[in-house]
Amino acid sequence: MSAITHARRKWTNTVMLGLCTTSAFLAIGVLALILGFVLINGISYINFDFFTQLPKPAGESGGGVSNAIAGSLLTVGIAAAMGIPFGIGAGVFVAEMAGPRLAGVIRFTADVLTGVPSIVVGIVVYSWVVLKMGHFSALAAGVALAIIMLPIMARSSEEMLKLVPQSQREAALALGVTRWRTILSIVIPAARRGLITGGLLAVARAAGETAPLLFTALGNQFWSLSIAGKPIDALPLRIYQYGTGPYNQQHQQAWAAAFVLVTVVFCISLLSRVLLSRRG
Amino acid sequence: MAMMTDFQFKPPATVLDERAEPARDITCPVSEAEAWEEGMVIRNLSAWYGSFQAIRDVNLLVGPKRVTAVIGPSGCGKSTLIRCLNRMHEVAPKARVAGQVYLRTEDIYGRGVDPVLVRRRVGMVFQKPNPFPTMSVFDNVAAGLRLNSLFSRRSHLADIVEQGLRRAALWDEVKDKLNRPATEPEVILMDEPCSALDPVATLKIEDLMRDLSASYAIVIVTHNMQQAARVADCTAVMMMAEDRAGEMVEFGATSDVFTNPRDKRTEDYITGRFG
Repeated sequence: MSAITHARRKWTNTVMLGLCTTSAFLAIGVLALILGFVLINGISYINFDFFTQLPKPAGESGGGVSNAIAGSLLTVGIAAAMGIPFGIGAGVFVAEMAGPRLAGVIRFTADVLTGVPSIVVGIVVYSWVVLKMGHFSALAAGVALAIIMLPIMARSSEEMLKLVPQSQREAALALGVTRWRTILSIVIPAARRGLITGGLLAVARAAGETAPLLFTALGNQFWSLSIAGKPIDALPLRIYQYGTGPYNQQHQQAWAAAFVLVTVVFCISLLSRVLLSRRG
Repeated sequence: MAMMTDFQFKPPATVLDERAEPARDITCPVSEAEAWEEGMVIRNLSAWYGSFQAIRDVNLLVGPKRVTAVIGPSGCGKSTLIRCLNRMHEVAPKARVAGQVYLRTEDIYGRGVDPVLVRRRVGMVFQKPNPFPTMSVFDNVAAGLRLNSLFSRRSHLADIVEQGLRRAALWDEVKDKLNRPATEPEVILMDEPCSALDPVATLKIEDLMRDLSASYAIVIVTHNMQQAARVADCTAVMMMAEDRAGEMVEFGATSDVFTNPRDKRTEDYITGRFG
C-alpha cells in the first residue's frame, strides 16, 4: 500500500468519525437546548399560587393552573386505569398464548396503532364518546389517552414477559401448575419491574399528548373533577391556550406550565430508568 | 438384585414394524405386572420436534420403588424421553408425541387426560436450578402446593416445608430442588440432576435418590455411567440412529447392562470407545 493511499484512508476515517461525533452532540444539544430554554423561561414564574390558584381572567395578573394540574392527573389516571390492564393483557396474550402467526398479526396491529396520529385518535373518540354523551369530559379524554397508551403498553409488556426465562415456566408447569397460574404467579411477578417501567413510559407519553384533548377534554377555566358531563382542563391544553394568547402574563404561565410538564415527564422517565437498572 | 425375576418384555405384536428384526429379549428386574400396577409402562413412544424425530419406538418399564437410569451419548433423546413421561415435551413449540405411556394402567396421552394432573403425579427435577426469584425460600419450597391451591392451612404447610427442607438440606447447592418434595408425586423424573455439581454434592444426591426410591419410582437421565452403575436398579441405553432419532438399544438390570451388554453399541459406549 502506498503512503498516499494510507494517508487518505486515515484522513477519511478521521472525517467520518468526526461527523458521527458531531451528529451525536447535535442530537444531545437540541434536547439540552429545549430543556434549558423551558427551564430558564419557566422557572421564574413558578410559585405557590401557580399550583394552588385557578386561572385569572385574561389580562389580570396572578393566578395559577391548579385546575389544569388536577385535570391532567384525572384524565391520565382514567387513561392508565383503562390502558394499562388491557395493554398488559394483550402483552400476556401475545407473549404466552398466541401462536407465531397470530402474535405477528397483533404485533403489527399494535405498531400501526402506535403510528396513528394522535389527532386522529382524538377525532374518533370525539365521535364515539363526546357526541354520544353530549359533553366534553374527562372520561372522553381518558379514553383517547388510553387508546394511545394501549399499543405502547402491549408491546413493552410483551418484550418484558419474553425476557423471563423459559425454564421458569417449565419449572412451574412441571409442578403441575396450570398455565394461567404459572403466568399470574411466576411470569408476571418475574417481569414486574419491566411492566411497571412500561406503564410509567406510557403514562409519560399520555401526559404530554395535546391533540386528542382538544376534541375530548376541551379545557376549562374553572375547577372541575367531574368525570363525565363537564369539560376538563389539562396542562398541555393550558400551555396551548396561554402560549397562543395575546397577554404577556399568559405567556409566562404557559412557560411555567411547560416547565412543570417537562419536569414530570422527565422524572417519570428517570424513575423508569432507575427501576429497570436495579437488579433483583 | 437377588429378587430379580427374568422377564421377557416384548412390545405388543400389533404395533411391531414388520421390517424390524424380531423383538429383542430384554431381561429386567421389573415385572411388567409390577410396572403396570404401580409404575410406568412406555410403549412404542416416538417424539418429534417439528419434522425432526427425536426418539423412535421406545419401550421401557419403570418399576415402582426403583431407580431407572437412562444413559447414552449426547443428543440421543434421553431428555426428550423423560420429558414425554410427564407431558412436558408438548410444552415446546411444534412438539408431537405418538405411542402410549401408562401410569398405573392409565394412558397419560389418552383422550381427555389433563397434562396438569399428570405433572402433579410425575414430578420433574431439571438440570439447572430454577428457584423462582420473586419468592422467599419458604414460598419456593411450598410453590408446588401453593400454586396448585392444594393447601391453605399455614401450619400444615409449614410442616411440609420443614420436611422438604430437611430432605433438601442433603442437596446442598441444588436450591431449586427444594420445591420438589412438597407435591408428593408418584414418579420423579431427574434430568441430569448432578451435571452441575461437584463430586461430594453428587454423592449426597445419589444417597437421597436411594432414600427417595424407597417410596417413589425414579427415572434419572445421566451422562455419567458410573453414576448409573451406582444408583440405578435398571438401566436403559439409548443410541442415535442414522437419521439422528434416538432408539433404545438395551434395557435391563444395571449389572447385566454393564457386565454383559447384549448390544455391540452398548458395549462400545460403556467401554468408552465413543460417546
